[in-house]
Amino acid sequence: MTATAIPETRQVQPTPEIRRPRSSRRAAGTTVLYIVLGILALIIILPLIWMLITSFKTDADAVRNPYGWPSPFSTEAYTRLLTSGQQPIFLWLWNSFAAAAVQTILILVTASMGAYALARMDFAGKRIIFGVIISTLLVPPVVFLIPNYLIVQNLGWLDTILAITVPGAAGAFGIFFLRQFFVALPVEIEEAARVDGAGEFRIFLQVVLPLARPALATLAVLSFLNNWNDFLWPVYVLLSPENMTLQPGLAMLQGAYRTHFAIVMAGAVIASVPVLILFGIAQKQIVESVAGAAVKG
Amino acid sequence: MALFDPASTFSGDFWQSMGATAIFVVLSVPCLVLVPLAVALLLNRRIRAATTFRTVFFAPYVLGVAVIGVIWGYILDTQSGILNHLLGLTGLPDNIPWTVNVPWVWVTLVGVTVWWTMGLNTVIFLAGLKGINGDLYEAAALDGAGPWRSFTAVTIPGLRPVMLFITTTTVLASANMFGQSYLLTTGGPGNATRTAIMYIADQGLSQNNMAPAAAMSYVLFAFLAVISVINFRLQRERVERTVA
Repeated sequence: MTATAIPETRQVQPTPEIRRPRSSRRAAGTTVLYIVLGILALIIILPLIWMLITSFKTDADAVRNPYGWPSPFSTEAYTRLLTSGQQPIFLWLWNSFAAAAVQTILILVTASMGAYALARMDFAGKRIIFGVIISTLLVPPVVFLIPNYLIVQNLGWLDTILAITVPGAAGAFGIFFLRQFFVALPVEIEEAARVDGAGEFRIFLQVVLPLARPALATLAVLSFLNNWNDFLWPVYVLLSPENMTLQPGLAMLQGAYRTHFAIVMAGAVIASVPVLILFGIAQKQIVESVAGAAVKG
Repeated sequence: MALFDPASTFSGDFWQSMGATAIFVVLSVPCLVLVPLAVALLLNRRIRAATTFRTVFFAPYVLGVAVIGVIWGYILDTQSGILNHLLGLTGLPDNIPWTVNVPWVWVTLVGVTVWWTMGLNTVIFLAGLKGINGDLYEAAALDGAGPWRSFTAVTIPGLRPVMLFITTTTVLASANMFGQSYLLTTGGPGNATRTAIMYIADQGLSQNNMAPAAAMSYVLFAFLAVISVINFRLQRERVERTVA
């Protein structure tokens, strides 16, 4: 929210280490450094590995042998979960995918058009509109909770996919994010297209959007993750088991199978694997966009 | 203005939830700033596999709070959780009520939040560290500054703009905490860890008291706005003094 006030601090040079002769003390220091980082990495990763291992245990094994290797190795938790009538996890998985994909597409459409208009077009009240859009970034989301709920309720959207895709489909973040990118594009290419007789919409569609592909991809990944992981809102607007997404579904699963570690962990694995794969593919973009937002301002 | 009327049915519960939110902010923000700062300083040294470590530390942040909640719910269960089991094996008390009693619930909520989100602030600090001009370190070394001196004279001032961003966003994130309490402690014991967001969502969306809930959300917003402005003022002065 205060990002605009942060001065440019990024430099091209990497931070050089202060060069000192290699000594045994320094080598010992490096070893300690690796040990500390290694322990931290284990603390981060062990709960995730434990989740995966436990999901392949039988109920009895999970109690008797809480952190050993599964014996016997069993996919019972997954089969029970996938065939369960009360907790249709396949449907939740599908609902999560559908909601995240639909909202991501809506965000890409609204944010790219809004950002283009604010970056390149001249119209009355442009600065005021931009100010209003940006100021919604400063308002904590809880303020929108009750109004959004009332709107969704009165439209009859409660317990449908519309409730978890349409609110938030035109958020300020996307507009802000893409506008920064559009402003930095060279105007000459667009002017050349204009001289060739291209209209505003054609320039947007055929010149600007292809150039903005990396920014659009990053925004798509962040939007998808955000919708997939949303918790509070779906807990309150999705009511029936067959309409739930994975996140509120997991909370429901935990309530239904309190003593069945393996089943709940299998559910957690199903909810984690898609985003971990996405993170694996796009980690550079994800990490750089969150770090860059802070440093570049 | 029933929220400020002690006799109203909402006032007591609402201010208790604001208090719980304040406790969580005060306990979690220092951890969520200092741990990532320390990790970023370690990763910023010339080491092999720095990118791999960065990826590992960031990974939990891409998972939803529901996943975090169910994993830690089982790890921290008082009777059957593996953490108490492990503590028992090393001879320590094996019946710590991690998700049941004060003060352990706060340790749990802060610890789990640090585990989940520390990667975010770590990568932001790392970007800030990479942005500090290397010449400043060389100049400091030429002036005979040791590692500690160059940390306090170069690194800390160089990180001030990033620090302002991180403290502001982290305070806001902690004040909006919902899922961890909802899933791990269900707001308990009593209502000790029921945060303002939890109370507002419950009153507005479950109990159908929308008007008071909307009013509460504005009160929370006002508090956060005031805190952000104070934080911004305090730190901006230091940023300006550094630049000047």
